[in-house]
Amino acid sequence: MVAEASEHGRLDHAGTGMAKARKHSSPIGPLASTGDMLFKYAVMAVALFTLVLVWFLVLMMLFEAGDSIAEFGGGFLIGDVWDPNREVYGALPFVFGTLLTSAMAILIGVPLSVGVAIYLSELSPPWLREPLSFLVELLAAVPSVIYGLWAMYALRPVMVDTIEPFFKTVLGWTPFFEGEPIGLDKFTAGIILAIMIIPTVASVSKEAMMAVPLSQREAALSLGATRYETTRMAVLTYARSGIFGACILGLGRAIGETMAVTMTIGNANLISWSLLDPGQTMSSLIANNWGEADGLQLSALIEIGIVLFVIALVVNVFARLIVGRFMKAVPTTGGGL
Amino acid sequence: MADKIVTEGLNAYFGDVRAVKNVDLRIPERAITAVIGPSGCGKSTLIRCMNRMHEVVRGARVEGRVLLDGKDIYSATTDAVEVRTRVGMVFQKPNPFPTMSVYDNVVAGLRLNGERDWNKLDATAERSLKLAALWDEVKGQLDASGVSLSGGQQQRLCIARALAVEPEVLLLDEPCSALDPIATAKIEDLLFDLKDRYTIVIVTHNMQQAARISNFTAFMYLGELIEFDATKKIFENPERELTEKYITGRFG
Amino acid sequence: MNNFKRRKLVNMLASGVALTCVVLAVVPLIYILIEVVRIGAPAIDWEFLTSRTKGTGEPGEGIGNAILGTLLLVGYASAIGLPIGIFTGIYVSEFGNNRFGETVRFFNDILANFPSIVIGLLAYALVVDYMDVGFSLIAGAFALAIIMIPIVANTTEEALRMVPNSLREGALALGVPRRRAVMRIMLVNAKAGVVTGSLLAVARIAGETAPLILTAFYSNYWSASPFEPIASLPQTIFRNYNSPSEVLLQQAWGAALVLITIVLAINISVRLLMRSRTKKSKAVKKTWLTRLSLRA
Repeated sequence: MVAEASEHGRLDHAGTGMAKARKHSSPIGPLASTGDMLFKYAVMAVALFTLVLVWFLVLMMLFEAGDSIAEFGGGFLIGDVWDPNREVYGALPFVFGTLLTSAMAILIGVPLSVGVAIYLSELSPPWLREPLSFLVELLAAVPSVIYGLWAMYALRPVMVDTIEPFFKTVLGWTPFFEGEPIGLDKFTAGIILAIMIIPTVASVSKEAMMAVPLSQREAALSLGATRYETTRMAVLTYARSGIFGACILGLGRAIGETMAVTMTIGNANLISWSLLDPGQTMSSLIANNWGEADGLQLSALIEIGIVLFVIALVVNVFARLIVGRFMKAVPTTGGGL
Repeated sequence: MADKIVTEGLNAYFGDVRAVKNVDLRIPERAITAVIGPSGCGKSTLIRCMNRMHEVVRGARVEGRVLLDGKDIYSATTDAVEVRTRVGMVFQKPNPFPTMSVYDNVVAGLRLNGERDWNKLDATAERSLKLAALWDEVKGQLDASGVSLSGGQQQRLCIARALAVEPEVLLLDEPCSALDPIATAKIEDLLFDLKDRYTIVIVTHNMQQAARISNFTAFMYLGELIEFDATKKIFENPERELTEKYITGRFG
Repeated sequence: MNNFKRRKLVNMLASGVALTCVVLAVVPLIYILIEVVRIGAPAIDWEFLTSRTKGTGEPGEGIGNAILGTLLLVGYASAIGLPIGIFTGIYVSEFGNNRFGETVRFFNDILANFPSIVIGLLAYALVVDYMDVGFSLIAGAFALAIIMIPIVANTTEEALRMVPNSLREGALALGVPRRRAVMRIMLVNAKAGVVTGSLLAVARIAGETAPLILTAFYSNYWSASPFEPIASLPQTIFRNYNSPSEVLLQQAWGAALVLITIVLAINISVRLLMRSRTKKSKAVKKTWLTRLSLRA
């Protein structure tokens, strides 16, 4: 911070010093500084544009959701019915669906991602690190709709034939695995979400681990720690806030993900703890019903969007506050949520 | 006096750069050996070869033999992890684990070995902190974070941490370069007390320090071992002209 | 010693687990690529690429209009999003060391990770509904542009920051006005970075589906009008992915193959570009300083 501030100061200094020099040599003359000011404000206006635009659009969204807000008020959030015939709309089943699938994504995706990050940062031979990191980042480049297509035809049969029966046998006594394996359910959606958050969580965690000073690893190694013990003792503990932030970032991604979930979750507007039952998330509800909805239902869908907006905003602001400096590691290759 | 560590034809590389060249050195047991020389002469690299820490750096490799009690630590049957439990190390900048308390820092090495007996851990922590002359200063704040201590205290904490594993050899890589004179004096006193029990090798760029505390001194220049002898001999009557030039400050 | 053996074993196991994680993470990518090529490739021929979707499942349907639609959407979105993104990046990097700059940076970081369906809703509210344009190419492009801006802004900022300060100061010291120093010297030197960011943003929006459902909708006809609904590759996949018609399903896989080829080609070339950039950066700096001094 200090360095940046002083850099700024130095530049301004150079600017004023230059103005004097220019009188003798430069043909541009004193107008230059006015031009520079204009340039600065023009660029600033552009930067301001997006900021203002998005907040303006949020207001417009609130306006669009007005009918629904007026009709259902606070009860919208806890309403568990979504019935276009009776014109009754509530957000609860979808908030529930979003939170449950996102939790699954975190539960499955985070350990995998941290494992990937540990391998890339601590164990991988140097020549393998770059290509492997690239492959993991490419995972973020695949468009979400292609994940959905693949899940429908390649992942679903595996879920129905192998994974879901296995979990049903082992954990069938818990409320999480009641019902018959159908493959288009919260379980499949959770798995596909887990796969999709790996590049984000792994890249940011890797960045956090690689930022751990070598001296910390040396401290552990010199005590006679093995590679694994060094990672646990010196690297993971030191980088824990970065890794935590990476998980929150992954959570944000899981919460907002639309297409792959829409295509795998089975689209049923019900609240059920069983992962083998179909469900609906906030985003999948919007994507599924957009074409047909009008009037109050459209308004209610937009209100769902506002709820999603608020949740995503909280999660992302939280993540940004924690990871700040590792944020640049998020693969921008990201393909279509 | 027996030799604790013997290097034979030791070469150490960073990529293509040879940082240590054909060093044959005998480190005597239960004494302090200082390694001096201008910066970049390979003295740190040399001692990092003695507990296989050199290979931790990417692209680094070692040729030749390093015998610990007559057994080559680079032989195929020797494990680097085991070597490091016998040969402890303290680094230039204090590096306590910031997420651990003072107490946990000290017993970190023991815990690795699966020690769970709290009485034993407590006893070791106290003994190590006392050996490192830190006990009186931190006994009231064992739960505080390791990085809440002053720089000098942190470095002694790192020494205590290294001692807790009960190594036979203690390697110190310019342990005082980041410390003020008072903290430096404390560490020097401490090393002086430790030499009856441990074999100590200390790298220093401070010739006075070497003269003050060491029994033997090795002088290195451009990766080569120029001269090794009793400290008194090196400082008062060196064999080589290069050594004398360096000692008397008429260098380069 | 027994203890020691156990620790070595744990170490080996842990390494094995980490490696397994990498394999598990990479397998879906490989699997997806194989499936898309295996099922999608037989669909691809000239007719498929050049005729339009009809949605009826009759043989002879293609994805030509969807390819055109995606190109148009990306083109319009880039026309809106690239300049705004680049100028935002310039502002944050060159004038942004203050509170407002921090705010813009923070906002862009948030926006970059924001659910794209919500951005689709924003675009719907403004363009489709309020401005009463209806489902249209321009509404879709507007949504995609908003998704693009933070990506381009972030990479531009980073690229500008990587230009050595000496170059900036050198230019100013030679009496070049600030705006020209930024536009002609800084930006040209950061060119590779800016191009990289723009390409990544293009790859990203090319695959976006959710916002298009809400804004561009779909059309089975050839259309290039900004004010009409328009087809796109991702939408073709979504509309047909669970179709009972073999032809339509094949259409989805074919569209997936074309889309993933575009997206991966951009990503891989960006990676190659970045690699050559790091090698070249020093040479670039030198030529620019020489040119500058010649001009002065």
